[in-house]
Amino acid sequence: MKRVLSMLVENKPGALARVVGLFHQRGYNIESLNVAPVDDGSYSRLTVATRGTESAVEQIMKQINKLIDIIKVADLTEGDHHELELALIKLNKLKNISNLKNIIKEFNGKIIKTDNSTCVISVTGTSIDINNLLKSLKKYKIIEIVRSGSIGLHESQKTLTI
Amino acid sequence: MKLSGGDMLMRALREEGVKFIFGYPGGAALHIYDAIFRQKKIEHILVRHEQGATHAADGYARATGKPGVVFVTSGPGATNAITGLATAFMDSIPLVVISGQVASHLIGTDSFQETDMIGISRPIVKHSYIVQNTEDIPAIVNEAFHIATTGRPGPVVIDIPKDITAPENKFDYKKPSSVNLRSYKPKVHPHPGQIKKAAKAILSSERPVIYAGGGAIMSNASPQLKQLNKILNVPVTNTLMGLGVYPATDKHFMGMLGMHGTYQANMAMHNADLILAVGARFDDRITNTPSKFAPGARIIHIDVDPASISKIINADIPIVGEVKESLEALIKEIKRSKIKIDSEAISKWSEQVREWTNMHGLDHEMYLKKSRSKLILPQEVVQQVYRVTKGDAYVTSDVGQHQMFAAQYYHFDKPRRWINSGGLGTMGFGLPSAMGVKLAFPNKEVVCITGEGSIQMCIQELSTCLQYGLPIKIININNQALGMVRQWQDMQYGGRYAASTYEESLPDFVKLTEAYGHKGFKVTQRSKLGPILEKAFSMKDKLVFVDVYVDQSEHVYPMLVAPNGSMEDMWLAKGKKA
Repeated sequence: MKRVLSMLVENKPGALARVVGLFHQRGYNIESLNVAPVDDGSYSRLTVATRGTESAVEQIMKQINKLIDIIKVADLTEGDHHELELALIKLNKLKNISNLKNIIKEFNGKIIKTDNSTCVISVTGTSIDINNLLKSLKKYKIIEIVRSGSIGLHESQKTLTI
Repeated sequence: MKLSGGDMLMRALREEGVKFIFGYPGGAALHIYDAIFRQKKIEHILVRHEQGATHAADGYARATGKPGVVFVTSGPGATNAITGLATAFMDSIPLVVISGQVASHLIGTDSFQETDMIGISRPIVKHSYIVQNTEDIPAIVNEAFHIATTGRPGPVVIDIPKDITAPENKFDYKKPSSVNLRSYKPKVHPHPGQIKKAAKAILSSERPVIYAGGGAIMSNASPQLKQLNKILNVPVTNTLMGLGVYPATDKHFMGMLGMHGTYQANMAMHNADLILAVGARFDDRITNTPSKFAPGARIIHIDVDPASISKIINADIPIVGEVKESLEALIKEIKRSKIKIDSEAISKWSEQVREWTNMHGLDHEMYLKKSRSKLILPQEVVQQVYRVTKGDAYVTSDVGQHQMFAAQYYHFDKPRRWINSGGLGTMGFGLPSAMGVKLAFPNKEVVCITGEGSIQMCIQELSTCLQYGLPIKIININNQALGMVRQWQDMQYGGRYAASTYEESLPDFVKLTEAYGHKGFKVTQRSKLGPILEKAFSMKDKLVFVDVYVDQSEHVYPMLVAPNGSMEDMWLAKGKKA
């Protein structure tokens, strides 16, 4: 099943490569990856979506924890959590966009830019929401898609912080 | 006083207590080598190939428990160190490997002798650093030694661009205070609740086995292990990496377990009702098919690395902690416990182990073999070396049949005496690692038990041995073939010897050794084996190479039946299954 692992990583040269390399070395796949500095910028929060059995995920968490630059790691999917992804979708501009607007509205997306020939949609939601939106947009000519990969945090008082 | 990067590096190493550096100079490392020249405290050992440097530092580390230090230059110097890094990584050996790198402004330009050492070594190091500021050198060295030697030890790489060590750029040397990394807290204490559970499980067991590995040696836990079994009196087995941590001549010792373990050790593991795993990681060379492993046993697993626990075999009672501290806690708990071990059940179990030993133990099998063969058997060579060295030598080995024979027939009573590449299985390890051991213990007997295949992978180090006066004894078990490959080809490939023989191309090892300035002997007759070994070992100041021609057809047994076998499925001799 899909797992979303979240970790705090020292913002040091090669730290990201160590995490990514580990998945490959131990035979696990990365479905999506998101990373950016947080807090004082001395460390980054990194989110990896992967798939694996319970024991496989337990093993990979242990291996991640062994990396010297990893401060903390948690499996968000273990409990209640919020999970979101951002997507930007570029379409060939349509003559009549009211129908398109209705579809986008359904997914809480918006058109962020239109010019003579294209229009760019942004949408934030779960990975499933975004997949569904893309399905609904099949009849239009999508020319480019970019997705941020999942990010997430625990619900209520539970946190992953230093 | 202001120091250059090179001088800072040497001072930082001195402060870590480093006595030897094993290395090989080159362009990007020359500022550092000039700094070596300016000091007298640390001796640099010039090897003949960087692989030799890493194995020598590794042998030094295994024998002493202190980290080994290596210097190499950029590019080919760095890549030649990779096999040694991987060897140390697989066996959790503390090394600090310092590689020169091209100057900072040249990185990424495909400049001469440039290679991404950090990238290439990433999967086979515990951690690595690229130095970006000269002033960081003392702190980075300090951290590197801390990381290499604590928790589950391992190799650390420090890559230093040439400009960082330039003699004209001098800075204040800031002596680092103690290391404090928010992302690395290796000190874990065993959980008292788990220790209690473990003690109860052990004391309630009827067929227990202690299974101890390299982690017990790493943790210097041999005294605790012996003390524990003074109380319990239960059968003990050691892994290939753990040999010596429990004395081989003790009556409770069953020998090594696993792929080429003894009949009694493998049978005991399979039939146990409790396995106490101590610093061992249930490697595939131990468990055979994991789903068929020890079906009736509860597993207690002590390891400092939580990732080793329940990785292959699920642990019923996991204990995360240093082996030594965990065993101390366990001993205390067992002494305090009201439950007493059922000594009647234990003596019945020990009797069963003795029966297995008498049926198919190594000595019994050898007795049958010797009477049949006119040729020298490889096992006999090890037995004779054991006799001549009174069982008290440091023994390094390479990889293959000779390694298994050495593990089976040299009975190690002390830890850190058996030096071999267990995890990676690196041919070429034996001779250079023996150099590291001999430098650490110049007054001890150091023997390299090798084969004619392995020895040729690092034979250039015979020259290093002459330069530094290292009177190692090399015992070449020469079967004129890649024996272990040949054994598998016999057993699984219908005797089709693809690329496992040399035909008539083997060198005259006696002449070769003598060309390097040492002494060589060749032995082909059984009656000469003992006397020549005695003569070789009596030549205290000489490196002696004894080339022993042995029976080429000999296989290593027992051997676990794979695939899909359990630990009690063993070949005991050619065509003979347990």
